[in-house]
Amino acid sequence: MDKTVNQKAWFLVLPVFLVVAFSAVLPLMTVVNYSMQDTFGNNQFFWNGVGWFKELLDPSTDLGGRFLASLGRNLFFSLVILAIEVPLGIVVALSMPREGWTVAACLVILALPLLIPWNVVGTIWQIFGRPDIGLLGYVLNAMGFDYNYVSNDVDAWFTVIVMDVWHWTSLVALLCYAGLKSIPEAYYQAAQIDGASRWAVFKAIQLPKMNRVLLIAVLLRFMDSFMIYTEPFVVTGGGPGNSTTFVSIELVKIALGQFDLGKAAALSLVYNLIILIVCWIFYTVMTNAGVERKVQASSEPAAEPKPAAALKPVPALEPREGVA
Amino acid sequence: MARIDLVDLAHSYGGNDAPQESFALKPVTMTWRQGGAYALLGPSGCGKTTLLNVISGIITPSRGKILFDGKDITPLSTQKRNIAQVFQFPVIYDTMTVGQNLAFPLKNRGVPKADIDRRVAEIGRLLDLEPYLNRKATRLTADAKQKISLGRGLVRNDVAAVLFDEPLTVIDPELKWQLRSKLKALHRELDLTMIYVTHDQTEALTFADTVVVMHDGRVVQSGTPAELFDKPAHTFVGYFIGSPGMNILPAEVRGREARIDGHVIALNRSYDNLPAGAKIEIGVRPEFVEVVAPAPGLLTARIERIDDLGRIRFARVRVVDAKLAARAPGGFTSADGTAGLKFDPSHVHVYADSLLVEGAA
Repeated sequence: MDKTVNQKAWFLVLPVFLVVAFSAVLPLMTVVNYSMQDTFGNNQFFWNGVGWFKELLDPSTDLGGRFLASLGRNLFFSLVILAIEVPLGIVVALSMPREGWTVAACLVILALPLLIPWNVVGTIWQIFGRPDIGLLGYVLNAMGFDYNYVSNDVDAWFTVIVMDVWHWTSLVALLCYAGLKSIPEAYYQAAQIDGASRWAVFKAIQLPKMNRVLLIAVLLRFMDSFMIYTEPFVVTGGGPGNSTTFVSIELVKIALGQFDLGKAAALSLVYNLIILIVCWIFYTVMTNAGVERKVQASSEPAAEPKPAAALKPVPALEPREGVA
Repeated sequence: MARIDLVDLAHSYGGNDAPQESFALKPVTMTWRQGGAYALLGPSGCGKTTLLNVISGIITPSRGKILFDGKDITPLSTQKRNIAQVFQFPVIYDTMTVGQNLAFPLKNRGVPKADIDRRVAEIGRLLDLEPYLNRKATRLTADAKQKISLGRGLVRNDVAAVLFDEPLTVIDPELKWQLRSKLKALHRELDLTMIYVTHDQTEALTFADTVVVMHDGRVVQSGTPAELFDKPAHTFVGYFIGSPGMNILPAEVRGREARIDGHVIALNRSYDNLPAGAKIEIGVRPEFVEVVAPAPGLLTARIERIDDLGRIRFARVRVVDAKLAARAPGGFTSADGTAGLKFDPSHVHVYADSLLVEGAA
């Protein structure tokens, strides 16, 4: 193979390089720069080394206390919404029709919340939950519940979680539905023949075949809920007190409220790092699961009792591919 | 174990009101005796799988009844029918070990643990799966996976019948032979009714005591391999079974004579009452036609080529517009490319509108 050598081709990469430099590399380096300094406005900066990072990880300081508290709230929030949205999404996907015009209707209805901009979702729920004019808030209070998300921590959490479930369960459901649709009919027929109950079908066929899409759903929902800002900000503004102040809200308060650029820069770098690490873990788990499966399918010489047959390459026939 | 009766059974994917010609399975009445080894043979799209799925209950028939030992089970679901089926492609429960896969049908039916273990061990032994019983089933080759599917079909010893839907499609040819012999042995050992769907005549003829040939949604003949070979009830059977298939020639038949292109071919029986207006053909297997040197009184044919199959040679010849295959005896050559055809009268059959006509003695 003759490969044409033409160093001028590098010029074609130049525009992208410039765009990325200005849009990502330079701002990021600015943030790194800020995180090492302190400022009192007037564009005056003082060198602070790793001071902010030390403070950030020390719960006894103001910055560290706020960061770790909001991080804890954020993790708890992610955990709760995952625990609700994943099982709920699976149930919704399982109860969706498999054919006919109702499929299209269900898909459209499910997709609706996903299409609404974050701040609109926040506004909808902010009004929906108001005890004086909101349908939810008014009805709850009329039923005797003392519900007020502005003054009560639990009510605020309840509102924010229900809002996220309402907004994002569809995503999990749609992913699961796609996974379910890819299971060949033969599996269900075989399960019928084997006398499997509905629960056994779910456990033996549907759940194992869905595990890849579920992993993706968990990844997406975790990342998104970990970075959540707009919706709780619009509904509760992080309150009452600091009870629904998540990391991103805390970050904005420090950066734009107090104009503590150094502290905010350090916080955002650590925040970014956490997200990168979680991403990397998920990515590794997912690709490993795929690789493992392939290796297991193709290199199993001991699997055949007859040595002659064992040496032959396995026909590329995964069961899910093509069923007559 | 049970006798299975199909009574006027038919199925259409377009609903019961669709014209009968479009039915995937045209009305059929037949009996599958208990303990028999059956093959359901036919080309793709002839309705074999539909018939199988109707028996197992995956499809509810548009018409007719299915009886197990005289009991009508048509409305029952697959789970309640007590039937086992093995599909074309391996179906494996990914999260389970091979042993758990085999035990699954028994476990779902609440069989006691001791019985399950005994049965799984037995099937594992019969299918050479013993070393893998405790391993995850996903890690195995397609061959081994299909063996597990077969095992799940055979693991219940109380089933009315075990249905196989082209189960050896994904298996290497060499292993195919072994597995087929194994199935045959299992049939003798376990005394199960087995129905084996295939489009491969060798597979059907080697597996079954009774071969049921289907064509275009109809059961055209059911009989032993010898019957299908010697006396095809339908020109399709003659053509589909045997390699090369039966020669079918349009002819005028009167009494004990068939006339093709002015030549007379003697028949063993007398055909005086052929239906008027029907399309009359004669059928004769290539094994019972011989090419010889052209001679007066013999039908003359032009030789196109001679296929040497090793133990036998077949000449491909042309008579007027029809193509025929005929046995070429050792040492036969033709100088000018023509030959005479010598028919064995006892093996020449007469067909009216594709159906076999029994002549009078």
